Amino acid sequence: MAEKFEQLDKKLDQKLTVAEMYLNRPRKWWIYTLIVLILAVLVGWSGSSIHFEGLTVTGREVAKGVISGVTHPDLKLMFGTGDTDVPYLLLQTMAIAVLGTLIGAILAIPFAFLASTNIMPKPIAYLFRVLILLIRTIPSLVWALMWIRVTGPGASCGVITQSVCSIGMISKMYIIAIEDLDTHILESLDAMGCNAFQKIRYGVIPQLTASFISTTIYRFDINLKDATTLGIVGAGGIGASLVQCLNSRRWAMVGSFVWGLMILVLIIEFISTRVRKKLARGA
Amino acid sequence: MDNENTTLVKLTWFDKIFKPQIITLPNGHSTMRRRSRVPLILLLLLVAIYLSLRMTGFDLKLIITRFDKLLDLFVKLFHPKWDFFSKVVGPLVDTVKMSILGTVIGCLLALPIAVLASTNICKSTAIVSVLRFILALIRTLPTLVIALVCALVFGLGTFAGTLAISIFTFGIVAKMLYESIETIDMGPFEAMEALGANKFQAFWSACVPQILPVYLSHSLYCFEMNVRASAILGYVGAGGLGITINERIGWRDYNGLGMVLLSLFVVVVAIEFFSEYLRKKLS
Repeated sequence: MAEKFEQLDKKLDQKLTVAEMYLNRPRKWWIYTLIVLILAVLVGWSGSSIHFEGLTVTGREVAKGVISGVTHPDLKLMFGTGDTDVPYLLLQTMAIAVLGTLIGAILAIPFAFLASTNIMPKPIAYLFRVLILLIRTIPSLVWALMWIRVTGPGASCGVITQSVCSIGMISKMYIIAIEDLDTHILESLDAMGCNAFQKIRYGVIPQLTASFISTTIYRFDINLKDATTLGIVGAGGIGASLVQCLNSRRWAMVGSFVWGLMILVLIIEFISTRVRKKLARGA
Repeated sequence: MDNENTTLVKLTWFDKIFKPQIITLPNGHSTMRRRSRVPLILLLLLVAIYLSLRMTGFDLKLIITRFDKLLDLFVKLFHPKWDFFSKVVGPLVDTVKMSILGTVIGCLLALPIAVLASTNICKSTAIVSVLRFILALIRTLPTLVIALVCALVFGLGTFAGTLAISIFTFGIVAKMLYESIETIDMGPFEAMEALGANKFQAFWSACVPQILPVYLSHSLYCFEMNVRASAILGYVGAGGLGITINERIGWRDYNGLGMVLLSLFVVVVAIEFFSEYLRKKLS
């Protein structure tokens, strides 16, 4: 073994000339050709069943309508204060996302601890991971359609749907944070004679809060975008009105809904990125 | 003695209202300890929760009392109708095809735009900020709304879904890519320019090898998301599994729905494992 290392050292110590280095350069072209080939085959295979059949009879009219709606939004709807106006619907969408994210974040904590391999025995941890994966694969719209049987249409359906949907992704991120826990701190707290409660309070919680909060804020971002589409199945928020207007071709209203949505999402994304950057720096 | 230590702490508006506590150390130096922000954040959070509860009309009691309805549903979901599988395969393959083609198109379009939108390669701030703003706007639009507009313009079917997925992929991949391009090492680029290579040659052999693995990994990640997202696009008529899901729920055939979700779960898990394996290899 030692001889081998010596040889390797000698080889590494050798000064290569530029020409030699160029000759020894890593050659990856065949990997890239392979990737391109596989991609070409996949694209050919999938392109075979996706046909462009031209615009529909009303397609041109719809495209024109959307553009004219976005450039001439219905201002009365956009700044009104009634129950069907944009500000109220946006607030309701935000309310759904706030509640859904908070409940989801709380529900995800037990899931995450049960699925972490460094806390639970492996079989139980993997069982919970499969469960989390199951929750994540069922599309949020399907969750909404199932919960609607329980709550009936309305914003509360959106809330419970989002709380369940959020569990999947939030607990996945929580698990990463939990498995990164520095156990040396716990050992030293043990050596100082701390009891279990003190160990959790001063050893575990400070290590987890920043990443937990950051994950929750990130999920809030996603949930806000998601909440806008849940309305399509009748789970409250701005989505229902947007789709109704699209289907009944009231373009000015579509425009005002789209603008409202874009502005809200941009603002929330901006704030959440700043807060998460601060959290990552530990400020 | 009031020394410089006290001024080291930057005062924000919060510290001006709640004066920081000044602690005098045994050696005579004094230092400041900021008041905790936790009470303020908790207060804001409680107000947000209260307002959200009032806006959404969320009622936990209703959910608990009617929870058995969901359980009934779940029992049926976990007894999938096996012979329904033959009707699931077609739409499922369509969904995968839609996401492959959509991802490839979106990623190809995203590459040049992402290069133009990164500050270290494109020196013109005007181009960078305009491109970033457009990308941000695209990302705010919910996929389902894009799909609905596409379906209205191009007719129902897989083409609308593919287009919606490409637009969505384009927004996300371009953003992730310009963020990673900004972190690459520009030293080789400058060295090659100093040796007399023109901009394109320098970019091709100094930057592309650094960007390519990241680009492929982002594309794979996006593909994972797209398979899950495209499953519900059919709900608005954009082809794929969503149509089948919508039908099953409409007919209250939850055993059939169970079969659909089970096959979706298997495909999603398989693709996720495969892509995670590839991404680990790439990094």
